[in-house]
Amino acid sequence: MSPKKNNIADFFKTLPKNIFSGFVVSLIALPLGLGLAMASDAPPIAGIIAAIVGGVVVSILGGSHVTIVGPGNGLVGVLLVAITTLGIESAYAAIICSGILIILLGFFRMGKLANFFPSSAIQGMLAAIGLIILGKQFHIMLAHKIKREDTLDYLFEIPFTINDAIHYENKGFIFAALAGVISLAIMLFYSKIRNKYLQLVPAPMWIVILSIAFSYYFEIVLHEENPIDKAYMISGIPSIQQIIADMHLPNFTKVGSFSFWGSVLAITLIASIESLLSIKAVDKLDSRKRRSNVNRDLKALGLATIGSGFLGGLNVVTVIARSSVNVNNGASNRSSNFFHAMFLVFFIVLFSTQLTRIPLPALMAILVFTGYKLASPDVIKNIGRIGKEQLIIFFVTLLVTLKIGLITGIISGVLITLIIHVIINKTASLFIRNVLKPNVLMYQEAGQEDFYVSVKHFCSFLNFYKLKDKLDAIPEDHDVIVDFSLCSFVDHTVMENIHDYQELFKKRGGHFDVIGLDMHDTDSEHPFALRRLLPVPKIIQNNLTRRQTSMESLAENYQLTYIPDKIKDVELLYDFHFFNTKTINHIYNRLTHGNGTISLFDIEFSEGEFIAKEVVRSTMLHIELDKEIPEFTLDREGFLEKVYAFAGFKDIPIQNHSDFSDRFYLLGDNDAAITEFFNSDITQFFESNPYYHVESNGKALLVFGKERLASVKEVKALFDFGKRLQQVIS
Amino acid sequence: MSLKPFSSIGIGVAFSPNLKANLFEAARLAVFFQSKLVLIHVGNPSEIKTKKLTSFLKTFETDNLYYEIVFKTGEPVDVILSVSKDKKIDLLVLGAAKRERFVTYYMGSIARKITRKAKCSILLLIKPSIERIPCEHIVVNGIKDPKTEHTITTAFYVAKHLMSEKITIVEEIREEYVAVKVDDDKSLRRANIAKERIKLRENQRIKEIVSHLPEDYTKNKIIKLQPIFGKQGYSIGHYAQISRADLLVMNAPSKMTFWDRLFPHDIEHILTELPTDVLILQ
Repeated sequence: MSPKKNNIADFFKTLPKNIFSGFVVSLIALPLGLGLAMASDAPPIAGIIAAIVGGVVVSILGGSHVTIVGPGNGLVGVLLVAITTLGIESAYAAIICSGILIILLGFFRMGKLANFFPSSAIQGMLAAIGLIILGKQFHIMLAHKIKREDTLDYLFEIPFTINDAIHYENKGFIFAALAGVISLAIMLFYSKIRNKYLQLVPAPMWIVILSIAFSYYFEIVLHEENPIDKAYMISGIPSIQQIIADMHLPNFTKVGSFSFWGSVLAITLIASIESLLSIKAVDKLDSRKRRSNVNRDLKALGLATIGSGFLGGLNVVTVIARSSVNVNNGASNRSSNFFHAMFLVFFIVLFSTQLTRIPLPALMAILVFTGYKLASPDVIKNIGRIGKEQLIIFFVTLLVTLKIGLITGIISGVLITLIIHVIINKTASLFIRNVLKPNVLMYQEAGQEDFYVSVKHFCSFLNFYKLKDKLDAIPEDHDVIVDFSLCSFVDHTVMENIHDYQELFKKRGGHFDVIGLDMHDTDSEHPFALRRLLPVPKIIQNNLTRRQTSMESLAENYQLTYIPDKIKDVELLYDFHFFNTKTINHIYNRLTHGNGTISLFDIEFSEGEFIAKEVVRSTMLHIELDKEIPEFTLDREGFLEKVYAFAGFKDIPIQNHSDFSDRFYLLGDNDAAITEFFNSDITQFFESNPYYHVESNGKALLVFGKERLASVKEVKALFDFGKRLQQVIS
Repeated sequence: MSLKPFSSIGIGVAFSPNLKANLFEAARLAVFFQSKLVLIHVGNPSEIKTKKLTSFLKTFETDNLYYEIVFKTGEPVDVILSVSKDKKIDLLVLGAAKRERFVTYYMGSIARKITRKAKCSILLLIKPSIERIPCEHIVVNGIKDPKTEHTITTAFYVAKHLMSEKITIVEEIREEYVAVKVDDDKSLRRANIAKERIKLRENQRIKEIVSHLPEDYTKNKIIKLQPIFGKQGYSIGHYAQISRADLLVMNAPSKMTFWDRLFPHDIEHILTELPTDVLILQ
């Protein structure tokens, strides 16, 4: 096997898919880029410039595989401060300096930086950023521009703005506010509607399309002026010639000042943390299970940021929502990032005048939604579930960030975490004496493949990087045992990261076991976070829902075993292609047939991250086979599949069964084996039965109908289909 | 190759609650190794003290234990060091202190000073006991050092006389030796190949040493080689602790400068938190 040659062939084979996914991402990147730049008080085009420069530079030089880069939402807060205190020209200088610092971080291999901060403090900081975005943009969304000194004042004035908006007299304002509210509604309800055709275009792009259509409707059909007030339209989208003509050198005169370097540090900190967290999250979604070269990515991001700063763009960071959209649309390498940038250039060159038809409130609605997602009650609820201490850390960081600033906020978060750890353990010497010790031991016993890792003293955000260094040196398809029995304290940050490792190893075929925490649980002196790992004691659930009782009676009638409990261990599903880019939360309501080979369950999984996140519940059937069959995916053929075919998803034709080939869409790597497998019996079976999505991973089949929970009647039909399918195949 | 490395064993005697246990441990060793036991007491000679010590050691009369009691006044550290020099003591037994509330043992300041300055081998006991606790598993260091061969040989000698069943030779390899930094899948694979190669080389080196040992020593012993990538001196202690070793045998440090004290490494790590009984061989 010569990997080099394969790489090139593979690159060209997957190119259409990557172009396609780059296109979909550019649809979401365009409105987000404009909005994020405007939210930071920069010219709207600055966000697009960042995305374009970043897309080109990072796709060529970067070290990650399926990430998308561009202007980041976390940076809005700091950039806003930088631009208001320094002025836009000096802010560009600050962006360039931060780019240099990020490159240095990459060279000094500081990719582990993100782990030096307690995760609750990071959550608090992100929530504060969310509130800053939400607070400021909410007013614009309702066509009520205000200017306040303090970020908190913006939040307190939200009720007044709502009140004002209800009593608007000016028609221009009413239409502007309506555009905002409708756009927000689109963002909120988009993920609830699962329609293939609707979902082809991301929600932010729907907002752009609808608002441009609205403006044309007034101009062409009604021959009227756009009723939205002029002040609330996007202004100043320059044409490409103007951008080149207007290029000005950043102003470096404020380099000596303290506030300049404060901004540089804040921008660098947030940019690197946001990028690192995103890269880590995207690596988990990568369908090819690759590991990103974080330090190389940092260098590329830094370089892109410098370029972007010189061209009048914002910081370039790795962004999670756009990256997850990228993954969901079948991207497999960095070229999709490049094409996303190319499509943005294309949009700006061709449609720059059309973009001025977008009302500001509509764009700001997207940001309000982003801000809300960062600071949503769910975030607080999840943190509260881990422990009250975490809530203290969260709120201290949140409030200090809002009141004083980002750097102070994150520092206070670190300090309060340290204080809480000392209080919980009733000792500071445990930390002081042991913080510098190399407390992690990893070895492979002679002749064994498994790795054994033992941690001594304590393990918290302070010294997690030592454990991380060791864990990162283990290939994810191996078995690892992490032993905390010599550790008297393990904090939440570590537990959360360990959990991430567990998932990563599970997805890539390894095992990641944690032992030695049982003792901690019984000891009341030990913290909450330790308990988190142990299965949450099951709250007795005797109040089944109506669907559950009918499933229970169904189980009785057909001699099936029924377990309503949530099952988190879903290893058997990770092999299926369908779940490559999705995260399975749990399965529940499990019905099993006598000998256990056929089981039906409800499943909750999510696809995408952050604002592009969609949680889906569905009913699926899992059939274990007693013989090996080729891997394939079978679905009904529709219009969309014909479109996908252009993007490189090849349908495998089955000869002599043209009816089957026309109606079904068959995918797989091993053409010959699949053609052989689909003999007359099997094709006839599929032809004469209702449509289901059927997927094989070689050893088992996964069957499901729609991406929603099935009714009891549908459950019966699905079960019956599965039983007969099992017979036909074996 | 010296077949009798410990011809005289010394022990500092202070009349503390641990005295009997410490004495018993040292006396048992002297019997096992057929060596002379020297009891060193810092203070003036007196009848009562001598009587007390003799009464403790009465149980060992049947084993032909030969012992001598030395009284000398002065600074404890200086006295013990000078007496062990005069009496040509080969092995000095020291009891470690237990840190309150924690289950970690550490060296008291006197024991620590002695360990640093002594020219003879030193045995640090964390839990001296009157009843004999069999020493089943010995962990010995196998780092690349001129002293290592002697250390391993002595460890096997000790294992033979204490009737230990298992010896693990731990090769601590500095992480810096792996020239590849792990960034992505490719470098990870390269790093792992490099590690495998180093492991093979290290194992080969140790096997060579073991093959030089008299067969008498290696007979009926379970010998295990364990390469570990990690901080020298610290990893082996950590390993001894988790593998529940009964005795850890280490080389004496080659040099001890001011910087070593400031940035503890090698043996210093072991001294700050004793994982088990430690034998430091000169």
